Amino acid sequence: MNFDLTEERQMLQDTLRRYLREKYDTATRNKILDSDEGMSAEIWAELAELGVIGALFTEDQGGFGGGGFDIAVVFEELGRAGVVEPFLDTAILGGRLLGAVGGQDDLVEEVIGGAAHLALAHGEPGARYDLTRVESTAVADGDDVVLNGRKAVVVNAEAAGHLIVSARESGAVDETDGISLFLVPTDTAGLTMRGYPMLAGGRAAEVTLDDVRVPSSARLGGVGAGWQPLHDTLALAHIALAAEVLGAMVSATALTNEYLGTRKQFGRPIGTFQALQHRMADMLIELEQARSAVINAAGYLETDSRDLNIAGARNLISRVGRLVAEESIQLHGGIAMTQEYELAHIAKRIVMTDHRFGDADYHLERFIELSAA
Amino acid sequence: MDLSYSPEEQAFRAEVQEFMANELPKELSEKVRLGDEALTKEDQERWHAILNEKGWLAQNWPKEFGGAAWNAVQRHIFEEEAAKANAPRIVPFGLSMLAPVLMKFGSKEQQDHYLPRILDGTDWWCQGYSEPGAGSDLASLKTKAVREGDHYIVNGQKTWTTLGQHADWIFCLVRTDPDAKQQEGISFLLIDMNTPGVEVRPIILLDGTHEVNEVWFTDVKVPVENLVGEENKGWTYAKYLLTHERTNIAGVGFSQAGLESVKRIAKAEKANGKPLIQNPHFAARIAQVEIDLRALATSNLRIVSKASAGEAPGIEASMLKVKGTVIRQEINDLARRAVGPYAMPFPSESVEGDNMAIGPDYAGPLAAQYFNYRKLSIFGGSNEVQKNIIAKTMMGGGR
Repeated sequence: MNFDLTEERQMLQDTLRRYLREKYDTATRNKILDSDEGMSAEIWAELAELGVIGALFTEDQGGFGGGGFDIAVVFEELGRAGVVEPFLDTAILGGRLLGAVGGQDDLVEEVIGGAAHLALAHGEPGARYDLTRVESTAVADGDDVVLNGRKAVVVNAEAAGHLIVSARESGAVDETDGISLFLVPTDTAGLTMRGYPMLAGGRAAEVTLDDVRVPSSARLGGVGAGWQPLHDTLALAHIALAAEVLGAMVSATALTNEYLGTRKQFGRPIGTFQALQHRMADMLIELEQARSAVINAAGYLETDSRDLNIAGARNLISRVGRLVAEESIQLHGGIAMTQEYELAHIAKRIVMTDHRFGDADYHLERFIELSAA
Repeated sequence: MDLSYSPEEQAFRAEVQEFMANELPKELSEKVRLGDEALTKEDQERWHAILNEKGWLAQNWPKEFGGAAWNAVQRHIFEEEAAKANAPRIVPFGLSMLAPVLMKFGSKEQQDHYLPRILDGTDWWCQGYSEPGAGSDLASLKTKAVREGDHYIVNGQKTWTTLGQHADWIFCLVRTDPDAKQQEGISFLLIDMNTPGVEVRPIILLDGTHEVNEVWFTDVKVPVENLVGEENKGWTYAKYLLTHERTNIAGVGFSQAGLESVKRIAKAEKANGKPLIQNPHFAARIAQVEIDLRALATSNLRIVSKASAGEAPGIEASMLKVKGTVIRQEINDLARRAVGPYAMPFPSESVEGDNMAIGPDYAGPLAAQYFNYRKLSIFGGSNEVQKNIIAKTMMGGGR
């Protein structure tokens, strides 16, 4: 047993933490949140330069990490600083999915270098968190494939040069078999998007595919065989999301602890009231649980119990996340309700992660299914 | 024990329902349904005017001041039906916060001047209680008023002033005797927001809305006739104000309307191809909060009945506040959960001139509202302060 980070990961953590502490303060982030793009190209380029994206890819894929703990280390730091840039979308859901199907080395290299953005266009209106529910269709027509359908809340779609689009080539609407993946340039005729900002930062779009014609070479992997690489990539995304919330919770509890020590009511710091001390203690206990859940998710990534640990981690993180976000706001009082205070954004990042690939109930159901299997 | 409403009360409920059906403008109820942050000042004033026309605006005022003189049960029935119909909330600052203070402690001149203007909408009032350093510990407020001839000179800062951006007047707690014990040097002043030296600065909340403000006072000259009651007795009036209007503190009507809305959404949303409301985990969450709400509704009626019989609610009001806000917040949490990925878009900053909803139209405001309603357990005496009151009363102050 050894719970220490390797030297390389420790360095990565230190570098990233130092960079974000210096460059990604609240004022900078608020400017980014207010911008039309919803992200900073400069920060993206600098973080790519520091190797942050490369750390999310395996050596085979052109990176220098890519393991569960590499992803966890990076996303915990991104979460601590409340970073809104689309690392999950471009690097994990985009780049790692390309890496999983293979054959797109040049584009992956561009992603690692910070030159390309990607987005996964998978979820559909009415599909909720159900990954197999794909109603969009792909129909072969000579050497081409014609795509039709609608994709919901496609995060980072506007910035992306390519979307990875899932569409059904065969099977019933909720079957795992029959889903194919296509790499579709966003300027392809028939592809339209309606973009909007998101509550916790970043942008997304509703994507409509209306007779979108792509060559059959745009198909990623085998015909109707898209679900497995998608599922494997989502395992990485879940680790990233769980670690991001963990980092955000570290910040939320630190801000709260500091505030309890400085805010005075009734002539003394409110942190001297035992009732509040106990609530702070509860949060810190749960925070350690959350850290262990992330370690479980990352540590069992290459084993048979991967999905069980991931479902467990996301369920636990969702429950603890709500507790920490709500209690941090409550213990602060009114100040935490204001947009300009650091915690407001951090709390939104924590809670809104519920809505990416499954909330506590979804992952509880997954856990029940998997542990019965 | 009889849980049923009397025939008179049932007739009253029918009358309120009919009124809502006929008189509540659809544009207003639609805005409230999609999140009441869309209501403008004009919308609020329009609804007040409609209620005033019917004689239902000043529900708790005695008849001689032009009020409806409803008892607590009638007000409770109205609140339930208004929430069900998605009526805008009555803006309480003039009507149910200041007015009772003026009626009890104000001069005849103050009553004759201000009360009719509250009723007909001439004056929009806001509340100047909280300060940056005085939230839950209200008596530690620092804004000071110094008597100079016929005027007070006011300096200081108020915060969390709800809808202060619309207000013509503010009722303020100010410190008039800096040497007295905390609660004893406070006075209750009425200040015209148009006086030189009054500045309103917006506070943007975490959901992007502008509903609260900072109000700054720099050498603001306030005529002494704007003092309510006696100098340095303001704390008594302030406490009266805080305890007087607490019948709707449980927010039962809002929770009932919110829960119905969650159920409608959960019927429309699909999980694994079936209505979300059939999902056992989500159904359990709804049931759990509904069980709590049914008990709270009866707790509320128990206390409302007592209040109708003339007994002043004590710690029961604090209990209703704590439980009521926790339940409302739970319902808001369910609502955001119900819409899945469509909780993520932030429609208040949606594409300009493009009013089309992203995803289902009910999804738009739900996550923002979840965050906005975290305020419920913070304002109006935080839930921690309410628990202090309960503990102190039940366990004795000496412990």
